[in-house]
Amino acid sequence: MSAEVAILGVGMHPWGKWGRNFVEYGVAAARAALADAGLEWKDIQLVAGGDTMRNGYPGYVAGATFAQALGWTGCPVVSTYGACATGAQAINAARAQILAGLCDVALVVGADTAPKGFFAPQAGERSADPDWLRFRLLGATNPIYFGLYARRRMDVYGATQLDFAKVKVKNSRHGYNNPYARYKKAYTIEQVLESPIVSDPLRLLDICATSDGGAALVLSSMDYARRRTSDPVRIAAVSTVTPRYPNTILEMPNFATDSAVGVGLAETPFKDSIAKAAYEQCGLGPEDLSLAEVYDLSSALELDWYENIGLCPAGEAERLLRDGDTALGGRIPVNTSGGLGCFGEAVPAQAMAQVCELTWQLRGQAGERQVEGARVGLSINQGLFGHGSSVIVTRG
Amino acid sequence: MANTGAQKSVKPAIEGWFTLDERAPHLIGSRCRACGNYFFPKESRSCRNPGCGASELEEVQLSARGRLWSYTNNCYAPPAPYVVTEPFEPYALAAVELEREQMVVLGQVVAGIGVEQLRTGMEMQLVLDTLFEDAESRTLVWKWRPAAEGASR
Repeated sequence: MSAEVAILGVGMHPWGKWGRNFVEYGVAAARAALADAGLEWKDIQLVAGGDTMRNGYPGYVAGATFAQALGWTGCPVVSTYGACATGAQAINAARAQILAGLCDVALVVGADTAPKGFFAPQAGERSADPDWLRFRLLGATNPIYFGLYARRRMDVYGATQLDFAKVKVKNSRHGYNNPYARYKKAYTIEQVLESPIVSDPLRLLDICATSDGGAALVLSSMDYARRRTSDPVRIAAVSTVTPRYPNTILEMPNFATDSAVGVGLAETPFKDSIAKAAYEQCGLGPEDLSLAEVYDLSSALELDWYENIGLCPAGEAERLLRDGDTALGGRIPVNTSGGLGCFGEAVPAQAMAQVCELTWQLRGQAGERQVEGARVGLSINQGLFGHGSSVIVTRG
Repeated sequence: MANTGAQKSVKPAIEGWFTLDERAPHLIGSRCRACGNYFFPKESRSCRNPGCGASELEEVQLSARGRLWSYTNNCYAPPAPYVVTEPFEPYALAAVELEREQMVVLGQVVAGIGVEQLRTGMEMQLVLDTLFEDAESRTLVWKWRPAAEGASR
């Protein structure tokens, strides 16, 4: 494929609740990615920053903030935001400039310092902003939407709270040995089922926390990469699609779905369409995957993703889980990093962290988490208001 | 002199999203005159159906009954700008599918109805209820409750 870019280096700052300035995590991740690539900061021809909305002005212009912290070199900059899809937006901005021939090598960086507790909307009286209004009028926190999806899975497909607990236990075992994970604890089913309900049917241990963390990637043209390495991990596809009308699944932060009157249902639901677009870009399919990193904002949501990325037909995710197919050693391991269950969410860095994990796996550098012979990996998530995000990486 | 509940003034939590008739309230949405598609909250710019895009939208009252699509609850108090009434009591939320409009609308469930009393597919009725109140006024919002047999649509 001609439309590929190479991942020359990846780096992360450990996730946690460190309470320090987000720039520190971003710079640490950037320096780790540069070292991994064997490059110097002054070699970088474009810096793409993933913005954070929770750290004041420096967060809105993250690309320049990181460039200043690393030392001005005069290289071009982009700063992007797409909520949870921010990382994919930044990766795609760098990828597009490389593929267009505007630069050979780019640094992509995202980092966040997260507040304690529930994510709340931005301050001020903003009665035209649905993200403010959902809290004001309904108290509809993020776990409310996760709870609605989880209950729907139970009532339509027969999922149980035990299934959700099994996802959490699986991911906690995966992340147990990941030096970048925040929660390194192998939970038992009993511990998950004994944790308090937050938004029925989801318990505290089913729902991902908010975290501090930073991730970075060095991307380059294939020509540039071939001068340095014989078999780089490659980005084969980046999907950033929006939903097709009508989007009939209730999405955060909305009060209602689109109406299907006069238009009929969309042929491909939004979450399915995110992966479909990525597969179509590179001519690969779910049968080609060695592993996947999916956005487990809740343990139940991971099961939805199995179906959305085509690992199984709708309603069969629980069978895949129960059979151990998605655990390390299974047919198609999911969230080998430990997922958001072990990391918590550091919004602008999270989609980049997913690609860091896939890169380590495809290079055979994932240690005890290693998927033997991994050749193709897919990451997927979704940003508030309809930002699709999926990256497919390949090697060999 | 302190106001009693009966004397408190009543105001909507947001203007123009629902009618204030407490006996038979409706959500206020809009409908495209060209393609018939519905919107809630009201869309006033142009039709969002990309195959239409017409600019004539009429204000309509949405169906006050629908089927429960899914439900959940808040076991912990949500953050501001939600106004928490102390002591906080967990409450349920419902996503209700309106048949005529072919859309799902989210709302709180009235106090006293917990998730254990809800089932996906059951018929739900729109009501107005207190979101929060102070000494002078009650602030109203739409909520869902399980429909009583034979109640009005």
